[in-house]
Amino acid sequence: MAYVALADKDHEQHLHDPQSFISKYIWSQDHKVIAVQYSLTAIAIGMVALVLSLMMRLQLGFPDTFSFITPDEYYQAITLHGMIMVIYLLTALLLGGFGNYLIPLMVGARDMVFPFMNMLSYWVYLLSVLVLCASFFVSGGPTGAGWTLYPPQAVLPGTPGIGGGIVLMLVSLVLFIVAFTMGGLNYVTTVLQARCRGMTLMRMPLSVWGIFVATILGLLAFPALLVTGIMLLLDAVLGTSFFMPAILSMGEQTKTAGGSPILFQHLFWFFGHPEVYIVALPAFGVISDLVSVHARKNIFGYRMMVWAILAIGGISFIVWAHHMYVSGMNPYFGFFFATTTLIIAIPTALKIYNWVLTLWRGDIRMTVPMFFVIGFIFTFINGGLTGLFLGNVAVDIPLSDTYFVVGHFHMVMGVSPILVIFGAIYHWYPKITGRMLNDTMGKIHFWLTLFGTYAIYLPMHYLGIQGLPRRYYAMGDTSFLDESTQAMNAGISVAALFVAVVQLLFLFNLFWSLFKGKRAEKNPWKATTLEWQTPDNPPVHGNWGPELPVVHRWAYDYSVPGAARDYIPQTMAPEDVPRADDSYHGEEGEHQ
Amino acid sequence: MAIAIGILVLVVITLLFHFMSPWWFTPIASNWSSIDLTVDITFWITGFVFVVVNLFLVWVVIKYRHKEGRKAHYEPESKKLETWLSVITTVGVVAMLAPGLWVYGKVTQVPEDAEVVEVIGQQWHWSFRFPGADGVLGQTSVAVMSVDNPFGMRADDPAGQDDILIADAELHLPIDQPYKFVLRSKDVLHNFTVPQFRVKMDLVPGMSPYAWLTPTRKGRFDIMCEELCGIAHHTMRGVLVVEDEGDFQTWLQGYPTYAETAARPAGNPEVGQATYGLCGTCHGAQAEGIQQLNAPKLAGLDSWYMSRQLRNYKAGVRGAHEADSYGAQMAPMAATLVDDLAIDNVLAYIGTLPDESAPATIAGDAEHGKDLFITCESCHGKQGQGIWALNAPRLSGMNDWYIIRQLDNYRQGIRGAHPQDLYGKQMGFMARVVRDEQDINDLVAYINSL
Repeated sequence: MAYVALADKDHEQHLHDPQSFISKYIWSQDHKVIAVQYSLTAIAIGMVALVLSLMMRLQLGFPDTFSFITPDEYYQAITLHGMIMVIYLLTALLLGGFGNYLIPLMVGARDMVFPFMNMLSYWVYLLSVLVLCASFFVSGGPTGAGWTLYPPQAVLPGTPGIGGGIVLMLVSLVLFIVAFTMGGLNYVTTVLQARCRGMTLMRMPLSVWGIFVATILGLLAFPALLVTGIMLLLDAVLGTSFFMPAILSMGEQTKTAGGSPILFQHLFWFFGHPEVYIVALPAFGVISDLVSVHARKNIFGYRMMVWAILAIGGISFIVWAHHMYVSGMNPYFGFFFATTTLIIAIPTALKIYNWVLTLWRGDIRMTVPMFFVIGFIFTFINGGLTGLFLGNVAVDIPLSDTYFVVGHFHMVMGVSPILVIFGAIYHWYPKITGRMLNDTMGKIHFWLTLFGTYAIYLPMHYLGIQGLPRRYYAMGDTSFLDESTQAMNAGISVAALFVAVVQLLFLFNLFWSLFKGKRAEKNPWKATTLEWQTPDNPPVHGNWGPELPVVHRWAYDYSVPGAARDYIPQTMAPEDVPRADDSYHGEEGEHQ
Repeated sequence: MAIAIGILVLVVITLLFHFMSPWWFTPIASNWSSIDLTVDITFWITGFVFVVVNLFLVWVVIKYRHKEGRKAHYEPESKKLETWLSVITTVGVVAMLAPGLWVYGKVTQVPEDAEVVEVIGQQWHWSFRFPGADGVLGQTSVAVMSVDNPFGMRADDPAGQDDILIADAELHLPIDQPYKFVLRSKDVLHNFTVPQFRVKMDLVPGMSPYAWLTPTRKGRFDIMCEELCGIAHHTMRGVLVVEDEGDFQTWLQGYPTYAETAARPAGNPEVGQATYGLCGTCHGAQAEGIQQLNAPKLAGLDSWYMSRQLRNYKAGVRGAHEADSYGAQMAPMAATLVDDLAIDNVLAYIGTLPDESAPATIAGDAEHGKDLFITCESCHGKQGQGIWALNAPRLSGMNDWYIIRQLDNYRQGIRGAHPQDLYGKQMGFMARVVRDEQDINDLVAYINSL
């Protein structure tokens, strides 16, 4: 049977038709509802992780004043904070949330190609979150092995949560991966199979490119974590020795022998480094679209941006051991992994240049999303550049395991993607809810968050250079730390508390604007991409009404010379473009 | 406009912070100034890029902000500009990578004349081993580790007989002599770091990673564990003293070889009984402890622990703090034990005395104490039975009033403050977990119930 693209047999498609409140909002198969479910769950569990970080900061900033958490609780807090933020918040929100919402709308599909599996993906994700939360309530509490869960320590006495905690953590991860795989297969298939007519790959908005490539990375990288998690689970529960050599624990010989802790680290980071880009690439894509829309200018170097995403995605699989320079692995690996890591900096730098060059000669609108775009460019430049320290093996050695690392990855993987997420929420909120978020609250939220987070993370780099080690419950007296270090630590903690409180303003804005926000026009930012061209706002189930859209141009026709308006929607045929004068001939507008 | 100024302010703050903050590399004490140089090179290159790109961003945002009638320039791409930027970025990356790899090459190549010292990590302690006269470290095995052979020395390996065992968290090294640190972990991952030396490396059970360096500055430096190794990770501290060759040799000769420790006779309880007469006047004839005399129960207490405390009293490491009046009483008593053999003998006698649980003298909420004890049991054991491998003595069945006094001393820095009392320093960290008298009473009430 000849292959027929989904878009060409649209009339044969059967969307499940929501009948009741439950099938519409709870057991929903609508990608938009699933996206909101994913996002709200991720934000809720993210708030837990935020509170955990405050407990840590109170201990670090005021060790003898607020000693209300014990070392056990401190190490449990760092573990759960890291794991939740990286996996259950960032990955879930950027792919499960934004991926779900944007892909079908931006490529002109009615829904994900497997809506039932999409629904299942969310519910399994929710289950993984609940299993994770359950570990707070078992005897011994959640695991305190550090978010990397390194064995042998993760499963031995001396680490909190070796009873139920570590088991629930690993089970939760396995469930998360199952959920991600169901969602991820959907995203990839939808991008490849369900694009509307005219939407070639090289006309896709970069948001879709970023999410698409990140999902492929996830589908290739998460299996490594899956097998690692299962093997560690067997080591923990059945006493196998995949990662356990012969050791002495609590003064007694264990029954384990022959396993390799380094093997765990290789497997973990084979997942863990692509994971960084699983978070970063969607953020890169989204920021590219926001910068273009709000600067009223095409993204600079679109093709280069696409190739950079692909290059970064590919190289991200051969840089993992830069997390392991001082792990005891064969030291000669250092030469290879330092080289690949610094090579990956080149396409990443080009992306930064292209964002700035998109602003260059633009018509920059100072909207709230644009504030977040510029804030992101600044923090990402900062975090990207400190990555060059840690990627270069000789430079990394003195900085490894210090607060320099904490400062770096929070800047690049914490603050930067979170700024993108905020910017994206301010940008797409009118599409999702039909109302605008409050601008004043948005701007206050932006300024306080940007300066507040910088006050947290900039000093950490310098404390790390001085030698302040990570994962220390208390420092006590040392021969290398200046006395002012403790004062700085207290200052960082105050900034962290401040930033956390500021986020309440954001949550309030989300809630308040839902009822009191200004009603949004269909296309309030005058954007070209398909999601703004839906017949209904917010779009209803099926997205497009009776006819699928047809795409005539790339996603970035802003300020095309000769066109009457400064944007031409992707759905607009060349002959329909209103012209300002005779100089417009349509060809320029059909780039790609 | 505001955002441009905001970014400009952040750039200025960053530069001011960089040049004015007091936090920078601690003065180097090893040959690895080339590592510092690679860090400096990276700072200059990335700092330049940071300033230039951000200032360009600031200028662009000011210059191209929306004004009535402005229209953005339409230019999808510029091959020339993109090529140039790629080339310049590549040059910058090479300028950082090349010196980095060159220095790293030296990090991986241990010089021929390097001496060897083994660094041993365990939860949450350091110990060390020198290869002795033959220059070869003897084989070790986890299977033979015990309270009498904590280093896991293989008795059948002749190379190990002359190995010098440093069962202490303090290591001395001679200045200007390259050393290869062979790293061994008994249990979990650890990391050997002396910040002033710059190089660091993980200890991995089942493997022997290494690092090398030449100490170039005399002084007393902290050894830090920088790989999360469990709840007392932050207390896993050691000391590294760099000194003249002569001082180093004197220090080294104070430690026994493996052959010497293996040949050391067991204590003789009959000889010890006579010595104990003096001890018994305070601690009781059955070593049951006498509260009125402030002398705790000794019967049933781990002998390795009492041995260390006696040596600490003798050396002025314990009982020397001005506020420790009871310790000051014990110190001259310990001094009457003339040598290690005398200590072993008296401990052997104490080991023969009946071990009956000390009576409870404190009331508290044992349920709450149980929660607090979660931290304690990681070292002292679930039953408070004491674990030799963690250097944690028995708590259960001992005098509760004595435990309370010691916790108070630790919390106030009366005990564990001496620079050579590294085990006491650890307990000082952990003692902060209890906040007030009520916590302490509850904790002790739980220990009494074990």
